[in-house]
Amino acid sequence: MTGIAKGIGRRGVLGAAGVALAMPAVRARAQAAGVKIGLVAVQTGPQAALGTQLRDGFLQGLKHLDGKLGGLPAEVLVIDDELRPEVAVTKVRAAIERDKVDFVVGVVFSNILAAIVRPVTESGTFLISTNAGPSTLAGRGCNPNFFTTSYNNDQVHSVMGQAAQDSGYKRVFVLTPNYQAGRDAAAGFKSRFKGEVVDEVYVPLTQLDFSAELAKIAAAKPDAVFTFMPGGLGVNLVRQYRQAGLANIPFLSTFTVDEATLPAQGEAALGFYSAASWAPNMDNPANAKFVKDFEAAYNYVPATYAAQAYDGAMLLDSAVRKVGGRLGDKDALRAAIRAAQFRSVRGPFEFGANHYPVQDFWLCQVAKRADGKFQTETVRKVLSHDTDPYAAECRMR
Amino acid sequence: MRAALVVLAALAAAPFLGFGEGYSLTLLARVMILAMAAVSLWLLVGGAGLVSLGHAAMLGIGAYAVVVLDDARVTDAVVVVPVAMAAASLFALATGAVAIRTSGVHFIMITLAFGQMAFFTASSLAAYGGDDGYTLYGRMTVLGHRWLEDRMVFHYLCLGLLALVLLGTRMVLGSRFGRVLRAARENPVRVEAVGFSPYPYRLVAYVLAGAVAGLAGVLLANAAEFVAPSYLAWQRSGDLLFMVILGGLGSLQGAVLGAVGFVLLEEWLGHLTEHWRLIFGPLLVLSVLFLKGGLVGVLRRG
Amino acid sequence: MSLGLLLVQGLNGLQFGVLLFLVAAGLTLVFGVMDFINLAHGVQYMLGAYLGASLAAWTGSFWLGLVLALPAALLCGLVLEWLVFRHLYERDHLSQVLATFGVILFLNQAVRAIWGSAPLQMPVPALLEGGVQLMPGLQYPVYRIAILVAGLAVAGLLWLLVERTRVGALVRAGATHAPMVAALGVDIRGLFMLVFGFGAMLAGFAGVMAAPVLSVDPGMGDTVLILAFVVITIGGIGSVRGAFIAALLVGVIETLGRSLLPDLLRLVMAASPARQAGAALGSMLVYIAMALILAVRPRGLFPVRG
Repeated sequence: MTGIAKGIGRRGVLGAAGVALAMPAVRARAQAAGVKIGLVAVQTGPQAALGTQLRDGFLQGLKHLDGKLGGLPAEVLVIDDELRPEVAVTKVRAAIERDKVDFVVGVVFSNILAAIVRPVTESGTFLISTNAGPSTLAGRGCNPNFFTTSYNNDQVHSVMGQAAQDSGYKRVFVLTPNYQAGRDAAAGFKSRFKGEVVDEVYVPLTQLDFSAELAKIAAAKPDAVFTFMPGGLGVNLVRQYRQAGLANIPFLSTFTVDEATLPAQGEAALGFYSAASWAPNMDNPANAKFVKDFEAAYNYVPATYAAQAYDGAMLLDSAVRKVGGRLGDKDALRAAIRAAQFRSVRGPFEFGANHYPVQDFWLCQVAKRADGKFQTETVRKVLSHDTDPYAAECRMR
Repeated sequence: MRAALVVLAALAAAPFLGFGEGYSLTLLARVMILAMAAVSLWLLVGGAGLVSLGHAAMLGIGAYAVVVLDDARVTDAVVVVPVAMAAASLFALATGAVAIRTSGVHFIMITLAFGQMAFFTASSLAAYGGDDGYTLYGRMTVLGHRWLEDRMVFHYLCLGLLALVLLGTRMVLGSRFGRVLRAARENPVRVEAVGFSPYPYRLVAYVLAGAVAGLAGVLLANAAEFVAPSYLAWQRSGDLLFMVILGGLGSLQGAVLGAVGFVLLEEWLGHLTEHWRLIFGPLLVLSVLFLKGGLVGVLRRG
Repeated sequence: MSLGLLLVQGLNGLQFGVLLFLVAAGLTLVFGVMDFINLAHGVQYMLGAYLGASLAAWTGSFWLGLVLALPAALLCGLVLEWLVFRHLYERDHLSQVLATFGVILFLNQAVRAIWGSAPLQMPVPALLEGGVQLMPGLQYPVYRIAILVAGLAVAGLLWLLVERTRVGALVRAGATHAPMVAALGVDIRGLFMLVFGFGAMLAGFAGVMAAPVLSVDPGMGDTVLILAFVVITIGGIGSVRGAFIAALLVGVIETLGRSLLPDLLRLVMAASPARQAGAALGSMLVYIAMALILAVRPRGLFPVRG
């Protein structure tokens, strides 16, 4: 139970977060020639672990860039959206109008993004989402000042649909939370899965105990289960699924088993599937460097939230460098971001016409590493150079 | 009412005292809107002795009326405001008719139950964004004019309405109706003995408070240009209740002081540290232990 | 839906209800005996889960974790009582709500500062691993049956304690005539502290028991708190028996409503809206039940005070 009108941007967070950075340029009030970033990352509530991943990923990127973006000293204001849209709007407006940030970056959840997209882009500020990728902004609502380094949410779910199709499953049980993203997940999965959906069950977002749903699954005897249960929901579901002895039914999921939740899921998640455009074991030099240094600095395994935020920092670096630090020239800056000339931890990276990445997607599986920690690892490539299904509707002005 | 007048005067002068930029005005608008909602809740808690933990539902229904009308392309205040207030009053009438049969802690819990029902209903309205909320593209028009887009106009509109609500509530409390209401809070047995049944009086107060909260909801939707089911969450009802208690139940102006104190304190602490709740929590406890009678009590003594 | 599935769902409901009872019992005792609204009861449940999970990780044993977490939870409860709550017994309900809310804010944030915001896990003890085949394809975890048994045992113990012992008689008397009991020379302060510590320990016990099934995260107490309040209101505030029956009722309504409603609605409407409406209505069902019960019986099912 917390404040109705939570304040505006939290100042000097780098005072705390920046301890590991040891980077005076970041903390110092930006000189005229600095770059200011408003980093929107949820820091309170059950989903805070995801926001922490995102924040640490971006800061790791800055660390690799010596605290500079395109040669200019960077200052980061971490904005805690508290997973409450109206709070996010207030704080982000403050960051733009009072703190005069040059970019707003981050955002874990699409409902937060939906709330801030207008205030940010209408002020002429660029908004770079490093996680949320709603369909509305990919299609008709696409926006010249909005970019995402992640994906369109539906793409990831449809990857799992394709994977289920490829694996030859005939009957699948679908279980998602009862909110927009949950319904989108079910729709995305069904867009590529052509078999029978034996039942679709929607549960409240506050659900703790899945025993009723697990009994239904056992009764339905499907070939596989598809689910989308982010954060704490996924922790509960995965452990209870294993405890109910259902683990012999393949567990296909999106945003349910990842490095943010695996420390709490542990052995229970072993062998469960997820879909992603990145996994910690991806074999390219940029990724090897990122994962190694990230783990050394923060002492946990990075998830996609961190990887995409890291890419976000690299993207901004490339863009600011390309325009020679002239942040005022919005058109040149937009073109420079659009060009995306940086080395992504995912390997090749390019933007489509709607400013969403065109990229490969993988089926991943939870594995235990030699050091006892858990991570997702790529199993096989499911979609190559995939453009999201909404890009065709986008008429970028 | 002196303290409330000082606060209103300060709010009126604020834009010329260096608080005229966008973010300060946004913050002050929230303060005033929440103060309005807190005043309406004070009418229930301080006036009628009805502690409601579902008041945010009224606020949310006002806000969702804006959404529903916006979706139907009706955005003029002349229609939106009466419809929103009527919707919130109707909800208050229907739920109040049941809830006021109970008292004390049971009343708290039954209003919570109705609030939660409204919350889950709003979350399931897929056409209006469901759990994700609904973005309004622009504020209400007034007779076709886009005056409210100007932040200064909006600021003084909120201020004017807050003053009006304060004045109106004061008049209601001072009237014969208000005297019966307060007497029923102090001593229900005696009121019934003189031949008054408190029930209709309490119900009318409940509906009035609902209407005012609905108005605050309309303004809140317009201030944020965004509406989400979280507006109706029980935590919000709790926040409003805390503003009222923090301000003090001794006087109506406590609601205004409480809202200002609560919002600004949170805001200020939020700037200090990420772990601001480690300070805010104990401050709440200390304020209960040592500020008996709330902020109003301090002013009286001091 | 087969009879077997219905039975399993009923069992699920009972087990959830028993867990709710463990939290609600302490709440209703404290409320009934001391007339004290303790919103911080939910964070005491959370503290129990955190203490249990970290002590189990530290000692490497669930059982040691459980045994050590109970006195730790008791200690936390007593410290809170000494620091904050005892100064609030004489105050009105609103002050109690505000102050205990302050305690929630502080403890939620403190837990986050100490343990981080990522959820913790607590393994199921080896003894209670595995499951019982109740219907084809579904293992009913032994651990859940253990929760059910533990909850019923605590309920029985509480009943004995309240109905059959001297302390219980005092507690019952305190619930209705506190000044009278004090006048008879009973140390009411000590009695309050005892009840409070006991309530805190019960909440902590519920937290530890829930930890291996549910995720241990900051804020886990808030959801449970609201449901526990619903339980004690339906049951009649102060009545342990009422809390027990209401907890089972809420657990069964929650579970069965969630699993049956979408299927029932499908009989009268199209599949897709039925699923969504069913899910939305399912989450409301508990509150609808509470509103209905309070509308008919404004003081709950088993009112303690006249």
